[in-house]
Amino acid sequence: MDIIVTVKQVSDPEIPPAFFKVDEAARQVLLPPGMSWVMNGYDANALEAGLRLKELHGGKLTVISLGDYKVRDTLKRALAMGADQAILLDDPAFADGDSYTTALVLAEVIKKNGSFDLILSGRQASDTDAGQVHLGIAELLGIPGIVPVLKVEKTGDTLQVERLVEGGLQVLEVQPPAALGISSEFYEPRNPSVRNLVTAGRSQIQILGLADLGLTASQVGKSGARCQLRRLFIEARESCVELIESDPSAGAGIKLAERLHDEKLI
Amino acid sequence: MPTDNIMVIAETGSEGLSEISFELLGAAQTLVGQMGGRVVAVLAGCRVCEHAGALAERGANRVLVVDHELLEPYRAETHLPVLVEIIKREEPAAIFLGHTFTGQELGPRLAFRLGTAITTDCIRLEPAGDRVVMTKPLHGGNVMAEYIIAGSPQIVSLRPHAFAQTGPSRSTGEVLDMEVNLEGGQTKTRLVGTIREDSGKGKQLKNAEVIVSGGRGLGGAENWHYVEELAEALGAAIGATRAVVDAGWVPASLQIGLTGTIVSPELYIAVGISGAPQHIAGMSGARTIIAINCDPDANIFKYARYGVVGDWKEVLPGLIQRIKELREK
Ligand SMILES: Cc1cc2nc3c(=O)[nH]c(=O)nc-3n(C[C@H](O)[C@H](O)[C@H](O)COP(=O)(O)OP(=O)(O)OC[C@H]3O[C@@H](n4cnc5c(N)ncnc54)[C@H](O)[C@@H]3O)c2cc1C
Repeated sequence: MDIIVTVKQVSDPEIPPAFFKVDEAARQVLLPPGMSWVMNGYDANALEAGLRLKELHGGKLTVISLGDYKVRDTLKRALAMGADQAILLDDPAFADGDSYTTALVLAEVIKKNGSFDLILSGRQASDTDAGQVHLGIAELLGIPGIVPVLKVEKTGDTLQVERLVEGGLQVLEVQPPAALGISSEFYEPRNPSVRNLVTAGRSQIQILGLADLGLTASQVGKSGARCQLRRLFIEARESCVELIESDPSAGAGIKLAERLHDEKLI
Repeated sequence: MPTDNIMVIAETGSEGLSEISFELLGAAQTLVGQMGGRVVAVLAGCRVCEHAGALAERGANRVLVVDHELLEPYRAETHLPVLVEIIKREEPAAIFLGHTFTGQELGPRLAFRLGTAITTDCIRLEPAGDRVVMTKPLHGGNVMAEYIIAGSPQIVSLRPHAFAQTGPSRSTGEVLDMEVNLEGGQTKTRLVGTIREDSGKGKQLKNAEVIVSGGRGLGGAENWHYVEELAEALGAAIGATRAVVDAGWVPASLQIGLTGTIVSPELYIAVGISGAPQHIAGMSGARTIIAINCDPDANIFKYARYGVVGDWKEVLPGLIQRIKELREK
């Protein structure tokens, strides 16, 4: 089974709220200095899902990402985790695109890369929280696109997909090829060994640009984008909490219950 | 010629029309009030026509019903072509979907298929000329962005509970049955079953008036029963953070937040929850939030009305006991 996993490199999602700043004039998020770049969490779950399928059914696993040179670190980590091949789409023409242009470029490279059975992506990226690119790829390739997916298995020629729905799960049988947006509950990503990290550090990442795809500059990046960012800002939050205090704190529970009762909240 | 109408994609669940349908109507009604146009609701499914009246009475000027057995159970594969056909016929200026598990799957595909764009998970909408300015949280809610879609139709998925529902309208809209070409062709996805994952103890999260929610601060699955006991004492539903779900202490259906369920109860009690923006995204609409956390700087206190800075192990026994006494009276 040949699997494509799309990954995005994002700013560390655990940055505390107080550290976020934006440059409103430039419409840019200013990240705190020294912050680390990481593989988007849900993409790591998708990669883990792909690796487990590969271990069971064989085949080749390719990771692809659109981004700049920094993204090599994330792709090398994916190789260290067990991916067979990594492709980076890096071209100034791709800059400032949106979900549409990103999906377009990724779909193009997937077509070029040859046959595949499954495309796995994280259900959404933790920076834009949009959840669009993998569904866009599915649409552009004309294959089923399912989100959010808890679990995927393969028996014979079909995929068994567990999709999260309100209050439970849907169990679907899907004819591959398909694109799935993976959630975090089931696929805890493995930690690559130091030795694999060292080997991956030396391995090649294939870098492709606009000229390698059958697209023109007007279709990608800012010129191809269909969504315009008009304004970026931060909404300040003032605390209005009333703290219930008691010494020892065992009494605080009793005081809280009484306060809630007085306020007719319980 | 595109119209200036707003199309609302209604959603149904096991209990009939979902609340989000009325939130979509509410948002659409406000915007047509400012920008002109009419509200057109689409209701697609099997044996759904009985719900059309409620949409027509609560804000839809027109309800387009597609009733077909191939549309049940929901699969994006069967619903998409139906929606595309209706949209091409109706040419709305904008389309509103819910940012629900269904809308998350349908929305982006619809936008790509129609050659336009979508802004997902929006919390505010405003008019600007003939465009709709769509406000969407980024970075889990740490940053806000306003987007405009140049193409047509402008598609947007709305975060549940972020918009007020419509009440009964003065006039009732018309209901029309739509003939749509639904070829019984081969589908590539087949539903083989559904698994309900109820909270076991505690009530259903959705529509609960009181929710007790636990986080990683509980320390382990073996302590989860404290959350259940507090919920039981209050007759509350039980929720959890993603940290707790990913650790496997509770099923995914209990997760509250950006990538879980969005709730807006009267009372929300957060125990051992730090208040990460992705969790806040799912519960900041609660009327009163109570936080119990040993870290005085925890972000949850910024959203709480009442808080206890302390170890839940010391706070909860007294709280549970006293609530039981007070509620017995
Ligand atoms: C893309 C994305 C989507 C996400 N979606 C969601 C989502 O839908 N829902 C969600 O919840 N999260 C979501 N998250 C995760 C979120 O960022 C946080 O990691 C998560 O909410 C933290 O859960 P927590 O508060 O239980 O754990 P922590 O952040 O670890 O907080 C535990 C808290 O418990 C307190 N504590 C510890 N011991 C005690 C004690 N003895 N007594 C009292 N207090 C104690 C600590 O002070 C701390 O504040 C998402 C993240 C990403 C990147």
